[in-house]
Amino acid sequence: MIDTKQIQRRFMAHLDPVLLMAIGLLMLVSLILLYTASDGNWMRVLGQFTNILIAFAAMWVVANMPLHYLMRSAVPIYILGLVLLVCVALFGEISHGARRWLNIGIATIQPSELMKIAVPLMMAWYFEKHEATLTLKNYFIAALLLLIPVALITRQPDLGTSVLIGASGFFVLFLAGLSWRIILGMGVVAAASAPFVWSSLHDYQRHRVLMLLDPSQDALGKGYHTIQGMIAVGSGGILGKGYLNGTQTHLDFLPERTTDFIFAVYSEEFGFLGNIILLSMYIFVIGRGFVITANASTYFTRLMAGSITLTFFTYAFVNMGMVSGILPVVGVPLPLVSYGGTSMLTLLLGFGMLMSIHTHKQLVKT
Amino acid sequence: MKRHVELKNHQREIFYFRLRLMLSLGFVLVMLFILLLRFIYLQIIKHEYFQTLAESNRIAVVPVVPNRGLILDRNGVIMARNYSGYTLEIASRKVANLEATINELSTLVDIQPKDRKRFKKLLAESRNFDSLPIRNRLSDEEVARFASQRYRFPGVEIKARLFREYPYGEGTSHLIGYIGRINEKDVEQLEEDDTASNYLGSDYIGKTGIEQSYEKELHGTTGFEQVEVDAGGRAVRSLSRSAPLSGNNLILTLDAKLQDVAEQAFGKYRGALVAIDPTNGDILAFVSKPGYDPNLFIDGIDSENWDELNNSPDVPLNNRALRGQYPPGSTIKPFMALAGLYYQRSPSYSISDPGYYTLPGNRHQYRDWKQGGHGKVDMFKSIVISCDTYYYGLANELGIDKIHSYLSQFGFGKKTGVDMDGEVPGLLPSQEWKMKRHSQIWYPGDTVSAGIGQGYNLVTPLQLAAATATLANDGIAFKPHFVKQIQRPNDNSLVPEPKPILDMHINPENIDLVKRAMEAVTHPGGTAAGASAGAPYRMAGKTGTAQVIGMKQGEKYVENNVSEYNRDHAWFISFAPVEKPRIALAVLVENGGHGGTTAAPIARKVLDYYLLGKVPKPLEIVDEKESSEHD
Repeated sequence: MIDTKQIQRRFMAHLDPVLLMAIGLLMLVSLILLYTASDGNWMRVLGQFTNILIAFAAMWVVANMPLHYLMRSAVPIYILGLVLLVCVALFGEISHGARRWLNIGIATIQPSELMKIAVPLMMAWYFEKHEATLTLKNYFIAALLLLIPVALITRQPDLGTSVLIGASGFFVLFLAGLSWRIILGMGVVAAASAPFVWSSLHDYQRHRVLMLLDPSQDALGKGYHTIQGMIAVGSGGILGKGYLNGTQTHLDFLPERTTDFIFAVYSEEFGFLGNIILLSMYIFVIGRGFVITANASTYFTRLMAGSITLTFFTYAFVNMGMVSGILPVVGVPLPLVSYGGTSMLTLLLGFGMLMSIHTHKQLVKT
Repeated sequence: MKRHVELKNHQREIFYFRLRLMLSLGFVLVMLFILLLRFIYLQIIKHEYFQTLAESNRIAVVPVVPNRGLILDRNGVIMARNYSGYTLEIASRKVANLEATINELSTLVDIQPKDRKRFKKLLAESRNFDSLPIRNRLSDEEVARFASQRYRFPGVEIKARLFREYPYGEGTSHLIGYIGRINEKDVEQLEEDDTASNYLGSDYIGKTGIEQSYEKELHGTTGFEQVEVDAGGRAVRSLSRSAPLSGNNLILTLDAKLQDVAEQAFGKYRGALVAIDPTNGDILAFVSKPGYDPNLFIDGIDSENWDELNNSPDVPLNNRALRGQYPPGSTIKPFMALAGLYYQRSPSYSISDPGYYTLPGNRHQYRDWKQGGHGKVDMFKSIVISCDTYYYGLANELGIDKIHSYLSQFGFGKKTGVDMDGEVPGLLPSQEWKMKRHSQIWYPGDTVSAGIGQGYNLVTPLQLAAATATLANDGIAFKPHFVKQIQRPNDNSLVPEPKPILDMHINPENIDLVKRAMEAVTHPGGTAAGASAGAPYRMAGKTGTAQVIGMKQGEKYVENNVSEYNRDHAWFISFAPVEKPRIALAVLVENGGHGGTTAAPIARKVLDYYLLGKVPKPLEIVDEKESSEHD
């Protein structure tokens, strides 16, 4: 006989309750915010709830997956992702001036999302494989594994995703022990190549950077997003205007209210205190991620867990930074809060891996 | 050994990994702290600034345009009114392809080529990026058809608006004038007058006539509404409102029916008529023929109509009554007679008229209009038969200085000060004027011509009517005016009776002589014989002729030898009843030839209607071929 308690234990066996609670809280914030951001559109809330359920199931599956499955899947997933990215570049569909989607008959998919997981996974697998004999050459090859997809995605163009993937790969390199001299050297090279990068950027990307320096220059055009976001955040004050009372939100001044600019909605209605609470939730998730990383048992899991945690932070920081006007506007959602099935899925797959890393290690120990 | 080293390396690796992890954590905390500082800056330090920005995002102040005041005649007949209707407007800045949009629209709403032309003209002249009308006065059916398809036309809207309308059309075009869309020049003027803020939201302003002169009264005070708007600029709800104050209604001194009678009386003639109540200066009728349809101008006239009006040889846009300057001709004689009497010429002094006048020591002959002359002529007869020779002599005897000083009391040579913009002063020549204008000294011959209203003299019909009114009122002058009362809300105070601006203190015997002579003009033996035939009231008048082309010495003017536009203008001034004048008027018929023939019958119809209420039969038109007699 199997009693319910046992089922419950089996179900929870590979889930991390601490992480789960923190994630759950952020998801709750998402549902509450979507109701106000969409002007009381229940369909939007319901849609996000569905996204959460699907992503949650995926997380459970990954969390219960033994680590060697994960390691074994690294190469095929990476190669699949790369092939799809090349396909996008060749036959992708153009929408809003960017070539990001691929029609595979039954649905259109965005392969760059897959790479958010595949790139750090591949790099961690590669480092694990050469753990004993790491030389500069290995770092160089790992860097190539990162740069090829990043270059393809930047070309689409999708600045937001390439920044996130670039960051996730850099975190793997950094945690894998890339020498300080090279990091410093890379910084110098980056600074030196800035003019070339600048000239290779698309016009709209350049505008976004320029607008950050002086958004009022083009208040009704390119600077509109930034200015309206800052007005929403600033006018929220200490306590906020109250739930459902944001004028910037409800009078249509905020663009992308349910997706990239949902933080402006939150900030306007819940104010500075609300922001501190939200920041605390993110710090909690990140902190738990650090604990899991520090205790991870293998080289692969350490690199993977560290990269997932730091990438999650990058998501949150870039999004809040862009809404409050200290970073250029790039298409990065507020993790776990912005509306969207794909980003929710990608994020929870990451958390599933974190949980798998944490729980399977414990099982091995006992 | 090897195993030992590996273990050591492993531990070192974990140590270095954790070190880097700690560094990462530090980096994360520093970045989040920067974010926190940013929140403090935005939400606490600059909160008020952003609060204000959010409020100004949210709140828009929308002007509420007041209703324009109505214009009514002295009996309450409406001469300019407002009616509500629908207009189709395009906000050009919101429309990508204007031409394509208009083509699309024309499948739903009737859009003529002239509508397109007018829209283009408006677009070129518009003061900002307002939405501009492509079609006015849409039918209900058109409104319904557009409304069902409006989603296809972003930036195109149907607006309910008040339209201005002039029910009398052409008949009052030069009197009421018209309103038109505010252009750059108007904006400059408004800014100069510091009234631009009252015109936020107003599209129209008075352009000519009463509409222009009384713009300040008619426009009203613009109200303001604070509304909450969304990012698209649509008003979501009203927060507060200060109601507009409608423009004041104007009650004119004019009699609409009399105006109509006067206008009709002209038939196909061009010219002008101004009728004034001599006891107070009320303008009773004010006609300038031909007129034009002022309704065409309200939303910008289309180029076809404009070209037609602008290039017509009849110059319909010229306000002849106010701005037309003509030699007064013989209508000056009653005033000259009064000047003579004032300067002690005896009424019984008479001349023997040979048909011409010569200055002493000069052989040049100043001809009388009648070859062979009028025989023995005294002052009374000089007016009745309009003897030129008598006035040549009188003028020479008085000299130009006395003539100028006396006649200027009647208002000749200066603006009457009427309450309509654009008045011109006419010309009453003097020695000083001639020196200034022509750098020439005054010759005695100039005085001789001035005596019969030729030479340099110029008057406007309004001026001559005002002078006639002053004469009719025994030298007590009133300023002619159009507006009897301004109806202000919450202000029932009566308008003060107009006060005389001048009393010339004319000797009653003198004025009586001139009036009797003018009465005789309209009776058998006078130059307008028959003008008063059958009238139950006593009518006085004086004919006049204004030369259009000069005649050489010894040449005779024969009407049929001269092209129509070069024929003489006919004048007739008149007042009635003689014993207690209630109406005085001046009629000018352009190229009408003799005043008694063409101008006097028009005057008679006006007098008949005003004094008797008699409406002339529509077919009773002026008979042109009756006589080629010359005064």
